[in-house]
Amino acid sequence: MIYLTRRATFSASHYYWNEAWSREKNEQVFGRCANKNGHGHNYTVEVTVAGEPDPVTGFVVDLKWLKDVMEREVLAAWDHRHLNLDAPEFKHAMPTTENIAIAAWKRLEPAVTAAGGARLNRIRVYETPEIFAEYRGGQ
Amino acid sequence: MSDARRAYFGRRYIISASHRLHTDALTAEQNRAAYGKCNNSHGHGHNYAVEVLVGGPVSAETGMVVDLVAVDKAVQERVLDRFDHANLNLDPLFAERVPTTENFCRTIFGLLQNALPSGELEQVRVEETENNFFECVREG
Repeated sequence: MIYLTRRATFSASHYYWNEAWSREKNEQVFGRCANKNGHGHNYTVEVTVAGEPDPVTGFVVDLKWLKDVMEREVLAAWDHRHLNLDAPEFKHAMPTTENIAIAAWKRLEPAVTAAGGARLNRIRVYETPEIFAEYRGGQ
Repeated sequence: MSDARRAYFGRRYIISASHRLHTDALTAEQNRAAYGKCNNSHGHGHNYAVEVLVGGPVSAETGMVVDLVAVDKAVQERVLDRFDHANLNLDPLFAERVPTTENFCRTIFGLLQNALPSGELEQVRVEETENNFFECVREG
């Protein structure tokens, strides 16, 4: 089994706010991230697929194809957007790095599976160079 | 999105520390053969990058696996305060063990394992230089 990873970046804004909580509790739990005017990051998303190299091409997947899928499914929806306001998956879920990793999986997994061959193995999302979240599917 | 799916939260820290790879179980020649320039008697140092990975369900209320501030506090108190700008060989945890980065990685895993407010410590990765790194993964 070979694991192949492609990286891409997107820039987006967000804030953390739980509508069920008071302002005080939001500010206590989320700190500076609770500022409702939002703030932004340069995110890096790493998409790992797992599979065997094709006997003819030697590819696990065609990297150009994977790049196009990432651009179509993820970057087109999130790059230079406000995640809370522009991305439907964050209307009712906090756009934390954890939830962004899960949402990226949901956006990419059908396309990777439909192509046959390689499986989506892991999504890693960096919010900053020091903070990242991973999702590996399943429960 | 807000169901209790398992995800992983990661955070990187830097530790500047010195060490010397040497064991009294080997002769001087054997130590040099085993550890090369890392056996230099006065030691040497690295900027270690420590990557802490915490796994667990994503809270429906916060969207988080674990509170980043609490992870920072645990790492600061148990790991950074102890090892940053220190000589690893002089720490009691390395009295009987050579402070290779393998052992350093396992030691950090042990110090953090029961110190997290939520989630489980999934992996500790220690990068000794840009070109070599070590990972200690939760068993089971």
